[in-house]
Amino acid sequence: MRSANRIGWGVVALIGAGALGVIANARGEAINAVWVVIAALCVYLIAYRFYARYLARIVGIDPARPTPAMRHPDGLDFVATDRRVLFGHHFAAIAGAGPLVGPVLAAQMGYLPGMLWILAGVVLAGAVQDFMVLFLSMRRDGRSLGEMIRLEMGAVPGTIALFGAFMIMIIILAVLALIVVRALAGSPWGLFTVAATIPLAVLMGVYTRWIRPGRVGEVSLLGFVGLILAIVYGRDVAASATLAPWFTYSPVALCWILIGYGAIASLLPVWLLLAPRDYLSTFLKIGAIATLAIGIVVVAPPLRMPALTAFVDGSGPVWSGSLFPFLFITIACGAVSGFHALIASGTTPKLIASEGDARFIGYGAMLMESFVAIMALVGASIIDPGVYFAMNSPAAVVGTDAASAAVAVTAMGFPITPETIATTARDVGETTIISRAGGAPTLAVGMAHIFSAVVGGRAMMAFWYHFAILFEALFILTAVDAGTRAGRFMLQDLIGLAVPSFRNATSFLPGLIGTGLCVAAWGFFLYQGVTDPLGGVNTLWPLFGISNQMLAAVALVLATVVLFRMKRQRYAWVTILPAIWLVLCTVTASLLKLFASDPRVGFLAHANRFADAAARGQMLAPAKTLAEMRRIVLNDRIDAILCALFLAVVASIIGYGIRTCLIARRSDAPSVIEIPAWPAPAE
Amino acid sequence: MSLKALWRGLADTGRLMVGVPSYQAYCAHMAEAHPDRPVLSATAFFRDRQQARYGGRGGGRCC
Repeated sequence: MRSANRIGWGVVALIGAGALGVIANARGEAINAVWVVIAALCVYLIAYRFYARYLARIVGIDPARPTPAMRHPDGLDFVATDRRVLFGHHFAAIAGAGPLVGPVLAAQMGYLPGMLWILAGVVLAGAVQDFMVLFLSMRRDGRSLGEMIRLEMGAVPGTIALFGAFMIMIIILAVLALIVVRALAGSPWGLFTVAATIPLAVLMGVYTRWIRPGRVGEVSLLGFVGLILAIVYGRDVAASATLAPWFTYSPVALCWILIGYGAIASLLPVWLLLAPRDYLSTFLKIGAIATLAIGIVVVAPPLRMPALTAFVDGSGPVWSGSLFPFLFITIACGAVSGFHALIASGTTPKLIASEGDARFIGYGAMLMESFVAIMALVGASIIDPGVYFAMNSPAAVVGTDAASAAVAVTAMGFPITPETIATTARDVGETTIISRAGGAPTLAVGMAHIFSAVVGGRAMMAFWYHFAILFEALFILTAVDAGTRAGRFMLQDLIGLAVPSFRNATSFLPGLIGTGLCVAAWGFFLYQGVTDPLGGVNTLWPLFGISNQMLAAVALVLATVVLFRMKRQRYAWVTILPAIWLVLCTVTASLLKLFASDPRVGFLAHANRFADAAARGQMLAPAKTLAEMRRIVLNDRIDAILCALFLAVVASIIGYGIRTCLIARRSDAPSVIEIPAWPAPAE
Repeated sequence: MSLKALWRGLADTGRLMVGVPSYQAYCAHMAEAHPDRPVLSATAFFRDRQQARYGGRGGGRCC
């Protein structure tokens, strides 16, 4: 390294250490969000320059080796793509609602634990996983995670991983749909704008199909104008005595509407609804993230949430459970997300132009997603903590009106008046903000604070709030639609193992059965979440976190196996250490979710509490009939079974992983299955 | 980098974000590697990519 370079990196390190020092030395006084942003950026820069480069060296990245796109280019799936263009593609594919929701939920323990886990997690685990999987797939002609596990570890672990990925998909869809339900229930303004995207997308679909095919930018711009009009007009809808009831629904009614929507939308031709809405949601997502970043730096808001709250002991109202292990599964995306292993072994490895780009795209894009998570944490921490807890606590804790919520939240140690709660609701154009758990509405309030400080002031706050809700609901609904289709194919592949004809992607009946089963599965968990006495998020989000982190552990086990088979096992600690940490967190969390005696944490304890009460003929809120009591017990037991299944998946993959590593260690020569290091002969 | 090249890069990035690679690159590839094979029209190319992204296995995006 040249000395000028050395000095430059020394300065970055000093700035980062200084920013972290400011955060660490804040004793009670509010610190500015900009310190968090600076600390994060310095950590990312240093990790990218040093650790990512080390990773690239130990796996033997070789820019002279042909990538899949160079071996068999076809101009369609396999295209050598400029690294900046591909970075955008990969980032847009990995960054969804996950990094926006987890950190908001984790803010109940204060901003500090979440921030530290996001930074440490991404550098040592999340970005390592994304980079390694991208590298593995790139060396295997862009094969998927499941295929690579089959290839390097055997058929049985391959199938187990496929099953695990399907279960994760179901839980993700349920929990994302639950967030939408919580955000839109009883909000005619929000529901109107989200509903308006359906005819809008159909018009866009017709436009791109027949009027001006392929004009993605043009149609997205038209769609964006439509979205803004829908938000503006939504205020009138909400104020109108005749129109508002058409868009005001209870959570349970919305749940059924969403299930019906998911079933229909995933059977429509893709160009009609899914593709055009994906254009809107993708560009809106990128735009909103960029605007939020600029907004935080320009407004430089102070963090009003304490660095640590009393809820690190596990007694928090948003989700239950102590800091270890539950913080580490609550923030998945942004720190480490197993789902990325599916993306990094999807289209990206087929588009990469040089092995040398893998660090920038695999490691770099994950750092960027982590930054999104940091911004979400900031968004949740700049609002009045009293408002945060009023919004995120279940109705069973804070009641349903401003007076009861103010009393309950003040008793938690966050003084707030009923007037503040009512004013906040009025400012954002809603009748109530109480018990809107799920992250999206809280983040929307935070974003509305930041955006309205730049443009429009208080008068524009309601507009910005609904803009933020729309932006999140839009890409969640796109994910529900696309996820149902992906889940359907996963299910068809799984059933196809027993009944081969079921795999056929084009025949009608297997597709219909696959879609039906998939919607029924996530619909079941969604309904359970909506009617859950603990608020739904408390039940489903940990299941999502556990499954997502377990998939990450599976991907890291695969990467470890390949390092052993490459005879580079002395470097394998880079994947073994994060894998051990994730296994530790997820196994502890699953065991607690199964067997903890606190009914707010343990599924079985909760089931027993309701079963015992039912046996005595006693009703526990919110159940009003014996049938409802029995359903809660059944739901708890199904969640417990699911938890046990996840445990079995990860335990078996670890078992197979260790076995394969031991075999590889005994062999003298590398045994990996890679594409050759020389160019393929021309076709 | 010229302003025009910057705009081209941004447009390409936007399109690839929603799964549509460069049509020019496709045409160039076909002209170079398979001059004998029929080339998809711009519309057919767009529809093919749309179906590939959303219609098949692994319609990938994250949570």
